[in-house]
Amino acid sequence: MSDQTHLTTALDVDAIRSDFPILQQKPYGRELAYLDNGATAQKPQCVIAAVNTYYREQNSNIHRGVHFLSEKATKAYEGARTTVKNFLNARSEKEIVFVRGTTEAINLIAYTFGRSQIGEGDEILVSEMEHHSNIVPWQILCEERGCTLKVVPISDSGEISIEDVQQLINERTKLVSMVYVSNSLGTVNPIKKVIDIAHSHDIPVLVDGAQSTPHMRVDVQELGCDFYTVSGHKLFGPTGIGVLYGREEILENMPPFHGGGDMIRSVSFSGTEYNSLPFKFEAGTPNIAGTIGLAEAMKYVDSIGYDAIHAHEQDLLAYATEKLQTIDGLRIIGTAENKASVISFVMDGIHPHDIGSFVDRQGVAIRVGHHCTQPVMEKFGIPATSRASFTMYNTREEADRLVEALQMVREMFG
Amino acid sequence: MNDEIKELYQQVILDHNKNPRNFGTPDSCSHDANGHNPLCGDTVHVYLTVNNGVIEDAHFKGAGCAISKASASIMTDIVRGKSVEEAKKLFEAFHKLIVDDSIEPDVDVYGKLAVFAGVREFPSRVKCASLAWHTMQAAIDNTNEVTTE
Ligand SMILES: Cc1ncc(COP(=O)(O)O)c(C=O)c1O
Repeated sequence: MSDQTHLTTALDVDAIRSDFPILQQKPYGRELAYLDNGATAQKPQCVIAAVNTYYREQNSNIHRGVHFLSEKATKAYEGARTTVKNFLNARSEKEIVFVRGTTEAINLIAYTFGRSQIGEGDEILVSEMEHHSNIVPWQILCEERGCTLKVVPISDSGEISIEDVQQLINERTKLVSMVYVSNSLGTVNPIKKVIDIAHSHDIPVLVDGAQSTPHMRVDVQELGCDFYTVSGHKLFGPTGIGVLYGREEILENMPPFHGGGDMIRSVSFSGTEYNSLPFKFEAGTPNIAGTIGLAEAMKYVDSIGYDAIHAHEQDLLAYATEKLQTIDGLRIIGTAENKASVISFVMDGIHPHDIGSFVDRQGVAIRVGHHCTQPVMEKFGIPATSRASFTMYNTREEADRLVEALQMVREMFG
Repeated sequence: MNDEIKELYQQVILDHNKNPRNFGTPDSCSHDANGHNPLCGDTVHVYLTVNNGVIEDAHFKGAGCAISKASASIMTDIVRGKSVEEAKKLFEAFHKLIVDDSIEPDVDVYGKLAVFAGVREFPSRVKCASLAWHTMQAAIDNTNEVTTE
């Protein structure tokens, strides 16, 4: 990490910032330092324009339409699927299912793969750092099916150990479902190793990619995962759109999720035939504008390039980590070797909620709370943390402003 | 520093946050309840000794932000010696004070509670300020659990 601090990054941050209209806002008369990208990222003008253009020039329902606009909309929607396929390097469009986001993607797997493949006495393996969306669907399934949720513990630095994974996997394990990058700790998990271990036991793996996709290139074939999830809104795309990638063979053998229009080939009261992939999992009118916006966001990320984004973020991570540690009584939660640009911290005697309100009035937006990872809070014996999460449009100056605001909080609370 | 922040974190509030009054579990009580704000994880437990409709003693325990702790501390000070009816009326007045811009935070009317008027500029913090009061109300009404959501 420290050798990254000397890297001059290839990013033109000023140019990038000018692509994001919202960054021009002046909350409380100050420049906006938006450091809450882990919750949701801001949208570049090209994404906003793509959604706008869709509604102005293409809006229609997709598939089965015979008129001018419907053909336009269908082409744009399926074109977006191809963009996503290329972005994740899936083998075919059949492997790309549009969903609302990571939460819906994981629920889809729990309700289809889970209900059909996981039964009494079986086990599902997750880690202690999962987001609630990768815990609760499995708990619901366990209650219904009599299976058990097993948990890979995390260390004081916020890391899992491969030995623990090895030990917890056994012949009853039917699925490993794990986060790639932790939203509350920033930890980048050795997911490839986890996948390899699971696969050596023929166990499929779901990777929660909500936080990894914004920070690093993900090639699902190279990773070899069976399922991968994307939340569009964390990747500079619109809210309410996301992706479930699934290996074709595994998706093919899964029962459908929602029943309704578009997911069928033919319906009759004597029996219904389901549509082919990926449509089998896309019942009802989808978020067409969202998919178009998401595809545009992916093109935008590609135009900047993950290498440059990663170098810039790692520079900010190292810089902010060092500066934050100069503050009296501040402790960083999550000190893994391999981290994304997410920094959680607590301050002695000052509740995160007070920190959040204070720095907000200095124009610095951070998130405070349990970040939907209550087991992580429990592990560290804290009710909540403050979290700064950095992305391509953030700067060292913004990190300085956070540190300055925190110094003021320290002074005020004594 | 931002003026509204100064209004919110007045010295009185910072002081009660650091040195909360009536903090801890009393040896005995007649009513108690647990309050929880799921949004930020604040918890407060309020203990009351009510005799003939009068709150003779009030304590609290819990963990939370400065606003919720100061609010519980000042509340337990203020309701001691008040009738249950008076305490409920105070809660109503307090609630208006922390949400309604049009109300003058007159010290003659609100006493120590007036320092919480700054909360109205921070809608996300209203629940922090009112948690202890909701919990007191729950204790009086014998509902043992309350959440602010
Ligand atoms: C690691 C992780 N998983 C899952 C989710 C849920 O994503 P969404 O709310 O987009 O469904 C989030 C979002 O906060 C997350 O950070």
